Amino acid sequence: MRTYTSRFTSSLIILALMGTLFSTSGCKKARPPSESSESATLSGGAGTPGSQDVIRIGEVGSMTGSEATFGISTHMGISLAIKQINAAGGVKGKKLEVLTLDDQGKPEEAATAVTKLITQNQVAAILGEVASSRSIAMAPIAQGHKVPMITPSSTNPRVTEQGDYIFRVCFIDPFQGTVMAKFAAESLKVKKVAILKDVKNDYSVGLAKYFTETFIKLGGEILVEQSFSSGDIDFKSQLTSIRAKKPEAIFIPGYYTEVGLIARQARELGLTVPLMGGDGWDSPKLKEIGGVALNNSYYSNHYSAEDKSPEVQGFITEFQKAFHVIPDGMAAMGYDAAKVLADSMNRAKSLNAQDVRDAIAATKNYQGVTGKITLDEKRNAIKSAVVLKVENGEARYQQTINP
Amino acid sequence: MGTLWRWLLVLGGIWAFQFLASDQIDPYFYSIIIYSGINIVLAVSLNLVNGFTGQFSMGHAGFMSVGGYTSAFLTIWFAQQFPGVLESPWSGAPVFVGALLAGGLAASVAGFLVGLPSLRLKGDYLAIVTLGFGEIIRVLILNLDFIGGARGLPGIPALSHFGWVYSVVVVCVFFVARIMQSSHGREFLAVREDEIAAEATGVNTTRAKVRAFVLGAFFSGVAGGLFAHTLRYLNPQTFDFNKSFEIIIMVVLGGMGSITGSIVAAVLLTISREALRPLQELTHIDFRMIIYSLLLIVLMLTKPNGLFGRREINELFAAWSTRRKLKREGLS
Repeated sequence: MRTYTSRFTSSLIILALMGTLFSTSGCKKARPPSESSESATLSGGAGTPGSQDVIRIGEVGSMTGSEATFGISTHMGISLAIKQINAAGGVKGKKLEVLTLDDQGKPEEAATAVTKLITQNQVAAILGEVASSRSIAMAPIAQGHKVPMITPSSTNPRVTEQGDYIFRVCFIDPFQGTVMAKFAAESLKVKKVAILKDVKNDYSVGLAKYFTETFIKLGGEILVEQSFSSGDIDFKSQLTSIRAKKPEAIFIPGYYTEVGLIARQARELGLTVPLMGGDGWDSPKLKEIGGVALNNSYYSNHYSAEDKSPEVQGFITEFQKAFHVIPDGMAAMGYDAAKVLADSMNRAKSLNAQDVRDAIAATKNYQGVTGKITLDEKRNAIKSAVVLKVENGEARYQQTINP
Repeated sequence: MGTLWRWLLVLGGIWAFQFLASDQIDPYFYSIIIYSGINIVLAVSLNLVNGFTGQFSMGHAGFMSVGGYTSAFLTIWFAQQFPGVLESPWSGAPVFVGALLAGGLAASVAGFLVGLPSLRLKGDYLAIVTLGFGEIIRVLILNLDFIGGARGLPGIPALSHFGWVYSVVVVCVFFVARIMQSSHGREFLAVREDEIAAEATGVNTTRAKVRAFVLGAFFSGVAGGLFAHTLRYLNPQTFDFNKSFEIIIMVVLGGMGSITGSIVAAVLLTISREALRPLQELTHIDFRMIIYSLLLIVLMLTKPNGLFGRREINELFAAWSTRRKLKREGLS
């Protein structure tokens, strides 16, 4: 018995020694001298001039997994922005290059991916993630390495609270909940609302909370609050108990898959009242899943494709030329995030992280596709939201609500 | 005595490395090394239940989340009550160890509560019950507002590092290796081989099973604590049944009933996920998960019993040296 364990331990010691060797050789590889040669080969392979003329930007996104359309849309928006910036001469005479890593929609994968981008690829800045849970996992790492990070569409307030290198170009959950509460009370003129939220989703819970606060302040009443979980298929029991309370509207802050199904089942049960939601509804898939059941529904979003302003129309034309689809809100947010970053880098005194950070923080009235972007002292964007009305699967511009 | 000294020597080596060389490592490799360590603890502890005792548990992520949330909640609370204490390594270390132990204990209590009623079941039925239990824990956490609910728990102090993770690895491997050599371990094996025969020879099978379950849950709880203080953010989404499957894959791939196998498979799978990333950068298409899955399929087809079967590295080494000796003697 003793020999068994002693042999076991000695083999473990050997393993541990081998592990140490491996890790030290790994660390040698990561030292700057060999790093520069690696970057040269990388950029050489991409057909761009030497590494001195390229600014690398890292993107972390959910390219696979259940929220893949968000990641892919955002990626398309970022790619378009980078292409345009490079065509216009780049930033300070240097071209931008984006490295995209997939996180499969998992927070721990996002954390590893951002560590790789910062330490292995020496990126100058990080773009991402869409979902707040992943951005919260990434933020301490970007902050720790003092690399500026801009999230295109993480709306949870806690994301930018992680440190002064973390920014966002979208509004935050409180604002989105407030917008829909205002819209319900002032434009729809309803008094009694039911809420159906996704308990497994931080975004949904946040929106429901701030909607309730504002709506009650405006004299409304929340009749009933029901919940579901992402991945559910049948919502009839929740909808039946909502129907029993006779609400004048239902607030469903969820993602497009469940919202589409909920809308169908609500109409089947004879609930014809308006449905309301947030930017999680924004996906071409919503139309496929929900169809005409979504008529007479409203949701808040970052931008409307029907906006006649030249920025929006120019963006849509370019986007369609490149990808042959109409850009959704996530694509517009990704585009704006990349553009704000490039604009800040242009304004910055130099390209070191501190100067870029200061320049991003000083962003004021930047005219993006999703509105005029000004970053406040908490590094959140102050901007207007639009409310869209769904008619036969098309999202029609309804009104703009200012902060 | 000699064996214990060797284990202490390994521990000493780990801490020497922690103090002398750990800040020299590139953070990306460092994080892979850390996650490998955490996965080793998870795989070895699950192997105790699935491999050695033959009880197919699918709720390991559930125990991990119990431990993770408990220890994270404790350190966050401690950081708020006594600001500054956690910053110093001398006062922070006992708190962290305490929090890890508390996480492990909470997980083992959960393991006991689940194990006692459900271990009457066998095979597929037990698998389903433990799977259901893992989901219950996750949904419970989702609905507990004081630990963040669906929003997750951010702001966990960064207390975990190489020294702690690999100390737990050593303790866990030592513990499991020693227990398998004791009479308790023999009981586990007896239950795996034939429950009725074990019972007939006087083994209290329920007690043996619950013991394995509680021990396995304890170490997965500690691993959860390490995970929480490494990532510094917990989200219930992380601990869904996919996480349990990941650990099961490590155990099955390494070989059910081989500690060496679990260690090798945990390291291999953790590294391969990251090693496949450059491929994605080159091709700009996400082949990573396809290749990862293909790798698993090919490995399982060619090695149905896992990489190591039920053998340990020292047994393989012993067999190899005997063969060599025989060959040499035959030649001379």
